[in-house]
Amino acid sequence: MALRALLGLHIHHLLLRRNPKFQKFPNYFNPTSLIPRSRTLISRFSSTGKNLILTKDERVGTSGTVEGLGTIAAIVTSLGGGPAAVGIVRLSGPMAVDVASRVFQPAKRNGEVPWRPRSHFVEYGLALDLEGNVIDEVLAVPMLAPRSYTREDVVELQCHGSDVCLRRVLRACLEAGARLAEPGEFTLRAFLNGRLDLSQAENIERLISAKSVAAADSALAGMQGGFSALVKGLRKQCIELLVEIEARLDFEDELPALDSSMLIDKINLMWHDVQQALDTADYDKLLQSGLQIAIVGRPNVGKSSLLNAWSKSDRAIVTEIAGTTRDVVEAHVTVQGIPVTLLDTAGIRETDDLVEKIGVQRSEAAAMSADVIIMAISASDGWTEDDKKLMEHLQMNQMSTSFATPMILVINKIDCAPSITEELFEINTRIFKKHVCTCAVTGQGIVELEKAVLEVRGLDSIPAGGRRWTVNQRQCEQLLRTREALSRLKSSICEELPSDFWTIDLREAVLALDEISGVDISEEVLSNIFSKFCIGK
Amino acid sequence: MRLRLRPMAAAAAAAAAVASPIIPSFLHPSRRLRLRLSLSIPRSTQRCFSSRSCVPRRRLTTVAASTAKGDIGGVEERFDVIVVGGGHAGCEAALASARLGARTLLLTLNIDRIAWQPCNPAVGGPAKSQLVHEVDALGGEIGKIADRCYLQKRVLNLSKGPAVRALRAQTDKREYAMEMKKVVESTPNLFVREAMVTEILVGNNDNVEGVHSFFGVDFYAPSVVLTTGTFMSGKIWVGRASMPAGRAGESASQGLTENLQYLGFETDRLKTGTPARVDRRTVDFSGLEPQHGDEQVSWFSFDPDFHIEREQMCCYLTRTTKDTHKLIKDNLHETPTYGGWVEAKGPRYCPSIEDKIVRFQDKESHQIFLEPEGRNVPELYVQGFSTGLPERLQLALLRTLPGLENCLMLRPAYAVEYDYLPAHQCSRSLMTKKIEGLFFSGQINGTTGYEEAAAQGLVAGVNAARHSCGKPLIVLERESSYIGTLIDDLVTKDLREPYRMLTSRSEHRLLLRSDNADSRLTPLGREVGLIDDRRWDLYQSKQARIIAEKQRLKSVRVSGGDLAAEVTLLSGQPVKDSVSLESILKKPHVQYNVLDKHGYGNNLLTRMEKECVEIDIKYEGFILRQQSQLQQIVNQQHRPLPEDLDYYSMTTLSLEAREKLSKVRPQTIGQASRVGGVSPADITALLICLETNRRKASERKRLELQRSSIADVNDLNSSPVLTSHAVNSN
Repeated sequence: MALRALLGLHIHHLLLRRNPKFQKFPNYFNPTSLIPRSRTLISRFSSTGKNLILTKDERVGTSGTVEGLGTIAAIVTSLGGGPAAVGIVRLSGPMAVDVASRVFQPAKRNGEVPWRPRSHFVEYGLALDLEGNVIDEVLAVPMLAPRSYTREDVVELQCHGSDVCLRRVLRACLEAGARLAEPGEFTLRAFLNGRLDLSQAENIERLISAKSVAAADSALAGMQGGFSALVKGLRKQCIELLVEIEARLDFEDELPALDSSMLIDKINLMWHDVQQALDTADYDKLLQSGLQIAIVGRPNVGKSSLLNAWSKSDRAIVTEIAGTTRDVVEAHVTVQGIPVTLLDTAGIRETDDLVEKIGVQRSEAAAMSADVIIMAISASDGWTEDDKKLMEHLQMNQMSTSFATPMILVINKIDCAPSITEELFEINTRIFKKHVCTCAVTGQGIVELEKAVLEVRGLDSIPAGGRRWTVNQRQCEQLLRTREALSRLKSSICEELPSDFWTIDLREAVLALDEISGVDISEEVLSNIFSKFCIGK
Repeated sequence: MRLRLRPMAAAAAAAAAVASPIIPSFLHPSRRLRLRLSLSIPRSTQRCFSSRSCVPRRRLTTVAASTAKGDIGGVEERFDVIVVGGGHAGCEAALASARLGARTLLLTLNIDRIAWQPCNPAVGGPAKSQLVHEVDALGGEIGKIADRCYLQKRVLNLSKGPAVRALRAQTDKREYAMEMKKVVESTPNLFVREAMVTEILVGNNDNVEGVHSFFGVDFYAPSVVLTTGTFMSGKIWVGRASMPAGRAGESASQGLTENLQYLGFETDRLKTGTPARVDRRTVDFSGLEPQHGDEQVSWFSFDPDFHIEREQMCCYLTRTTKDTHKLIKDNLHETPTYGGWVEAKGPRYCPSIEDKIVRFQDKESHQIFLEPEGRNVPELYVQGFSTGLPERLQLALLRTLPGLENCLMLRPAYAVEYDYLPAHQCSRSLMTKKIEGLFFSGQINGTTGYEEAAAQGLVAGVNAARHSCGKPLIVLERESSYIGTLIDDLVTKDLREPYRMLTSRSEHRLLLRSDNADSRLTPLGREVGLIDDRRWDLYQSKQARIIAEKQRLKSVRVSGGDLAAEVTLLSGQPVKDSVSLESILKKPHVQYNVLDKHGYGNNLLTRMEKECVEIDIKYEGFILRQQSQLQQIVNQQHRPLPEDLDYYSMTTLSLEAREKLSKVRPQTIGQASRVGGVSPADITALLICLETNRRKASERKRLELQRSSIADVNDLNSSPVLTSHAVNSN
């Protein structure tokens, strides 16, 4: 234990050192410093230029405005780069302490008292999920505003370095009310709150523009798999229910009464769907499944041999007969700490054999849902017409889903034809991000292949979770928030609250399910109302 | 007077139509070139009506030119505020302005049509009633007049939640106009005059100086509110026949559109319509479903002096039949939309009967309401039955409805097209961005409805008065009220149809209820100066009673007894021993009157006050949750944006965002985020630009200060911080 504590402290010191301003300018946070810190504190009752802006309900006691933005959380140490000793989940925002106190239980006190951390004072304790199960032993490092990286309240939870631990702690934080941070959001807040110098602003701008690209990418990435179909389906259902209810609120006397039992059934079904998805999408399982790599190619280029060589097993049957592999064969390997599932597929070709035909279909399906596609060709045969057809076919499939899975070209059986013509690669560099020469028999090229896989997935150098991971975390967060909203909705219905109250949580569910936030759902609901119902004077 | 004006206006229109495309410069030989050729061409083709002489138009400009030279002889008429238009927006604007002490002139085309209800004889309904309550809470008039002139009142959405509960009143159209006219005429500081405004007088600093009328009179004021309704280049249609008119039988206002275009405003055209009126005496009500008013009448106004009950009238429900549908389907080519001679699209929530039948083929019947237009007039308003069919088919169509088999038609249904100014040209104070002191409100901003007009009128009137005496303008934030939501939507979003207020347009409607409109807005009304001492005392004592009652309910506890038994029965939940009245009230289906029934109520409270208490207690959890969500976003949303931002220089914004933001010029970050085509990433980029600009500016300032006086550097450096703290502690 003492060791853990020391380790934690050590990391903390590192953190301090990383921000030299902490030490160089001890009065950096002095209120008389040049930069006013209160960028986010402009009161809504203040006069802005010529205009007096007012909002207030005198009957509801003003509970004081919450300063700044929402509270965000993310894993800030790198993931997927092999197990590290310590990983950090960072919380930042006005509710950071509040959220942390729901996740973190200090060892010294019992959980009854609200946790009142002393700033910059490390505490040892347990991280619990909302049901009270222990997730990990952690060190909590509270850094209260303004003496923190973002100048908001920051709490860092230092966990054991395994990805599983980190993800579970993060999930607990999200369940406790934090929102998953956008890429670069901590730095953005630091900047907007007056930290960092101007020269760094440019970097942030770059980060933000990269962010919108990343958002588009992740929206695209979300298109594959049942996950996003689920999210879209749920969102559509929520909107439909909203339309049913809202139409009757604005046009009461023109529509038949609401069929509330139908509504309740639908809501229950949706809740069930979300819960099921959350169960299956549990982080631990996601981590277990890791990356999926489909090995495709025309028959008899040595896909199965490659799988066997890579997984150092005899998982797949290898013969000289073309079309030996008929179903998808799985093998598991670990690439720099990331679990990887290799999918050996049936050679794709035109065939009349029914069993093989099904196999071919499955191969295509595997390729469609994989994270990386490895297309194998045989060096001895060179770039054949069939290879070309197959490549075009894969491209077509990708275009239909408008999502480009990175593809690697593996030139197998390199031992049979050691010299390869250069023009082969000139044709293919646009489609294949990498090419590797291998010899499945000797295991030559496997290391290079592993490196190529990490590179094309961008896992070699991404600091805080690869893009693929981010998508999953986000989807998980979406579902969590949706489940909360639907749970509240169910209880509203149970308590027989009027239908207007149902719309509040339905709207929240829709917002949670929106892949890109900031969409104006009011207009969407309205146009659905007008297209669905005949209303108006 | 009226008779003489009409042919002249028509002729003037014709003159513009004929002359402008051919020899534009000839049209306005005086002071300055008033028309832009490119803008005038499409407008003139719309108005090809007849081709008579263009003499009157020329005479008009000659007259205008001579007065503009400032000849002696005339009495110069100076005011603080001029309101153009005497409809629901104009009345509220003029009253608010005059009540704030501004010498106010209300110019209208016809004094006898002040506060006319040209369409539905009703006030309120979902979302609209919230607007009326809010206007009343701010000291406006619409709620009081509706309370005074109602024919029938009903509360809609009674069981659907306190936020969407809505009061609707059928009103006596003539009485309504008379009552409002009386108020307008008896308000000190308020002067009424008939005039057709054709020109805005603009000073050297792009500031408004007054208006110029058709007959050549200049009225001067530093603030002008335009509430032109459907009158600006209005044109009415029945079937294929059309004529320039603001409403049936009333001349349109000509010339102002061109003047506004000349001043650089963008104008566009909208369309709306009104159904036929039938003679009540010819309708057989025996087979129709009656719709009675509520037994317990509710009120728009928070002022109990206006809570005077009167006898109610009945509305009736009828339905379209197979014959109706057949007649319409057979004659679709005779309607403007399907015949293809009118392109302007009507609002989605006011579809014509032919639209309903075409779009919802599988619906066998549509319900039609028959609403009385007054106590002493035979007119019945046929709600849900507006049509573009020619008049010769309209009576036959009406007679397909059960109960109307032998009806007589008093007025045909007609559609009206009019000019409006897309409201992104206004800021949220409703002052235009181009001309200082010029305000727009009502249908000119693209809205529809008396309530929407009144709400804008009040804001414009208050701000016009404040502007005339140099006070800061008022902006109601979106989150504060339906009024704020309405105006924010208008000036921010790209609207394609007349805007009607709907509850689903408000993101936090649970907080914007009719019962708390006063506690949200009356303090502002008081601060502005529209709430007098009597109203303020009433308000304060009401709030005090509500707070005291909530305290009492918290502290009084009951055990067992009849109350507990009934509560168990009603809610289906057990009642614990020594339970507070507050917890009892939180239970489902338990209303305050249950407490009354068992002697636990408080007789000092009115029905409304009890309702307030009940809502506050019953929905406390939800209300607090919404409140805290709101507070989380509000700081970010209300961050002001400098007016002079150069969006085109912000290369990190998407091109679309740069264009849209330059056009709308939002005042806050929140408003910027609601501009169509602006993504969350754009908002982040905008925040970064702002922070970068701010730092550069403060860096520059610091260097300047350093240069000027090294000795003072320390003091001066701290000053920006101090000011920012002062702002925050407000």
